[in-house]
Amino acid sequence: MAEFYSLRVNGVDREVVDAQLGESLLFVLRERLGLLGTKGACEQGECGSCSVLVDGELVCACLVLAAAQSGRDIVSIEGIAPAGVSTDVQQAFVDAGAVQCGFCTPGLVMAAHSLLERIVDPTDTEIREELSGNICRCTGYGRLVEAVANVAKTRIALGGNRG
Amino acid sequence: MADSGVATRQRPGRIGDSVVRPDGREKVRGEFRFSSDLPVEGALWGATLRSVHPHARIKRLDVTPAWKIPGVEAIITADDVPGKSTYGLIFADQPVFASEVVRYVGEPLAAVAADHPETCRKALEAIIVEYELLDPLTDPERAVDGSHPPIHPDGNVIRHQRVLCGDPDATGPVVVEGFYEMGMQDQAFLGLEAALALPDPGGAGVELHVATQAMHEDLHQIAACLGLPEDKVRLILAGVGGAFGGREDLSLQVHTCLLALRTGRPVRVHYGREESFLGHIHRHPARMWMRHHATADGRIIKIEARFVLDGGAYASTSSAVLVNAVTHTQGPYVCENAVVDGWSVRTNNPPCGAMRGFGVVQACFAHEGQMDKLAAACGLSAVEIRLRNAMRTGDRLITGQVVENVAPVERCIRETDALPLPDEPIGGFGDDPMRLPGGAGLTADRGHIRRGIGWGVAIKNMMYSEGFDDYSTARCSLADGVATLKFATAEVGQGFVTIAQQIARTLLGVDDVQLDRIDTTIGSAGSTSASRQTWMSGGAVDMACRRVRERLFEHVGRMWSVDPIRLVVDGDSVVDSSDSSRRISVADATAGQRFEETAEYHHPPTEPLDENGQGDCHTAFAFVAHRAVVDVDPELGLVKVIQVATAQDIGVALNPLSVVGQLEGGIAQGLGLAVMEEIVMQDGKIRNPSFTDYLLPTFLDMPPVVASLIEEPDPRAPLGAKGIGEPPCISVTPAIVAAIRDAIGKDLSRVPVRPQDICL
Ligand code: FES
Ligand code: FES
Repeated sequence: MAEFYSLRVNGVDREVVDAQLGESLLFVLRERLGLLGTKGACEQGECGSCSVLVDGELVCACLVLAAAQSGRDIVSIEGIAPAGVSTDVQQAFVDAGAVQCGFCTPGLVMAAHSLLERIVDPTDTEIREELSGNICRCTGYGRLVEAVANVAKTRIALGGNRG
Repeated sequence: MADSGVATRQRPGRIGDSVVRPDGREKVRGEFRFSSDLPVEGALWGATLRSVHPHARIKRLDVTPAWKIPGVEAIITADDVPGKSTYGLIFADQPVFASEVVRYVGEPLAAVAADHPETCRKALEAIIVEYELLDPLTDPERAVDGSHPPIHPDGNVIRHQRVLCGDPDATGPVVVEGFYEMGMQDQAFLGLEAALALPDPGGAGVELHVATQAMHEDLHQIAACLGLPEDKVRLILAGVGGAFGGREDLSLQVHTCLLALRTGRPVRVHYGREESFLGHIHRHPARMWMRHHATADGRIIKIEARFVLDGGAYASTSSAVLVNAVTHTQGPYVCENAVVDGWSVRTNNPPCGAMRGFGVVQACFAHEGQMDKLAAACGLSAVEIRLRNAMRTGDRLITGQVVENVAPVERCIRETDALPLPDEPIGGFGDDPMRLPGGAGLTADRGHIRRGIGWGVAIKNMMYSEGFDDYSTARCSLADGVATLKFATAEVGQGFVTIAQQIARTLLGVDDVQLDRIDTTIGSAGSTSASRQTWMSGGAVDMACRRVRERLFEHVGRMWSVDPIRLVVDGDSVVDSSDSSRRISVADATAGQRFEETAEYHHPPTEPLDENGQGDCHTAFAFVAHRAVVDVDPELGLVKVIQVATAQDIGVALNPLSVVGQLEGGIAQGLGLAVMEEIVMQDGKIRNPSFTDYLLPTFLDMPPVVASLIEEPDPRAPLGAKGIGEPPCISVTPAIVAAIRDAIGKDLSRVPVRPQDICL
């Protein structure tokens, strides 16, 4: 049975046509809307690779039905930075060596932005706790923690100017 | 390495700089395309039907009901494999699709292609399979003792290898022995198996976009199974989301190509996480016994050992994993006498093969347990017993091979020992329950927690062994001030692409180094495994760039009428070393010119082991030490690793930033093996094929790592640098287990250490 609905993704209303019942937000973002930056590595809410923001909340896109997100404001990795520009978090990930294979990276960028919105000056333990829903198999997390701490420090030094 | 062609003035982005990845920006922006990110107009989805029994005869396989489902475009079984019906990295013993018998849970029986993943799922459900159950062989000891009938025409023993060295009757006043066991670990790379196959018109050939570790190893096996000449099968490396050994064997490659060729349409196959657990090989579970004989002051006289590695249903790389295990029995210690017996065997468990550390992880867990026993028996510290026995360059291994590489074992131990211990008291400085074992949810009682410290030291071979010529090929071209590199080296996340650019920038004085597509239109680079790509493909890129530079110098020499031998690269220019006022930028010198060279780098030949395990079978070695500090709640059986200290023999830090990333990432995987990661098998079935039940280290499980990089350039390595990928995950596992033993005084002999092992 085909479904028809629209989703507001990265500030744009997108129509979803020919969807089958029960498709997850992850599947629809990737396969119907062509937004391939959001990754799936478990489809069980265990790895955080599929993290997106829905009405400002960090959500595992694999766990929610796409059709149920109509009327909400969805931000995926493609919408976190203006075209051609990287956010401070994205730049810090590259500079700190926090990226290896990069499969976990989009989800972690989303989670790190969400974390730094909520906690301006997180401790090491807070960073680890807040990001513990995101698995990275390559880095052992050390460079990721450093990248997030660097962003927090820089933002504070700049007086809350969010890059 | 000394290089007479480069003056000292260097621009950034060269060897030794912490250069960031060329693909980093794409990756953080979600623009990097992994093998699962390749939608193509009109592509079909493919899916695989798998056995649900560990051992059974296939009485009936009826696909006709699946054809009735609208949207199904192809159904293929063993009968549809046009070429060779089996494949394998060393022995072609694994069927593309099972035909008469299934030998493990998850073995492919059929594949379908359809318009939607959901249609595929329904089609697989509709296929009728009737099995006649056979007695499964799940205990590897029964394969060793021959008490189970063969489950495969090749028999139940994949390989038996002895190592006999020196005096088998030697003994000493101190004798310690122990049994050790290791569970089955999964690579758990995050980017699930996925591929896109595009058929050529008329089915004359196929193009496969796939995430793999070894382009040409894949190519040889795929082409043989498809019954196509190798030039009709083109592999293109799609973005690889981690590998760690789990992409060394074929998984979906042949199935995807067959479906595309059958339908004449593009086909995408994506595994889910559960299918990934079933669809790739794992780390060998091992049962090991060792007995060390030593002098009263702790010097090893003889080691006796027995290894049984469970290879699962098909051979994969089991025979090579076994050789690594038995030849690393002694660890990084001097030992003149040894009697070692090892088996890798076939069972009806899932096939096992390569995973980071490749047999040495198993051996190291046992030999490091033994070193601690020896220390206790001799009244020495964990550090002292290891220093006393530490191997040096020129020492002979139990295989008779002399270690010719730089071997700073003593320095690894001393530098690790010198790294500061954590100043954080048990439970952390504040009152944060997250600093306790088990975190906030498990309410460990601070007063009961005990701290322990443990050690592990390892030797690891690099490159392939036993006569295998695993060469690598690279091409460099230089035109208009831009260098372009081409190779088939699989970039799986480790950062070879960064290193390759650094090499070219350093040698050629250019900033702009383009990387051509990684595919099979150039010669083999071998596999991204065995810590070998920096050495082998780094060597090939280095060689190709040097040849191009010779051409550049000849060209400039002609322009200036000087002997090219006088020319050097200085900054971004070619300079006459006898008259430094004479200089021309590389960009100007190569304007309208094109110099192109291809190079193959081979390591010196090795030889197979003889029946007594003697022979110069390994190419080179690297060393590492780890010290772990843990807090343990003995009542709840919970462990929190507080710190890992390490000193690693890396030769040269070509890119210090990525060295640290490799060390930390490897340590996380070794930590996982020590305290949480295990594929739990029951009667041949995986009980936990999901990230809910197969536990991976998270941000909270991973402690800070303090590291010392030991840089003693290895004259045998083309760039002086050793491979750094595997050593970090090898001796950290025994170090963590030793720290738990130290904390609770229990003789733990199995990894992963489970709560019940601690508190019962
Ligand atoms: S794919 Fe959604 S949490 Fe893993
Ligand atoms: S970089 Fe590979 S999973 Fe995080």
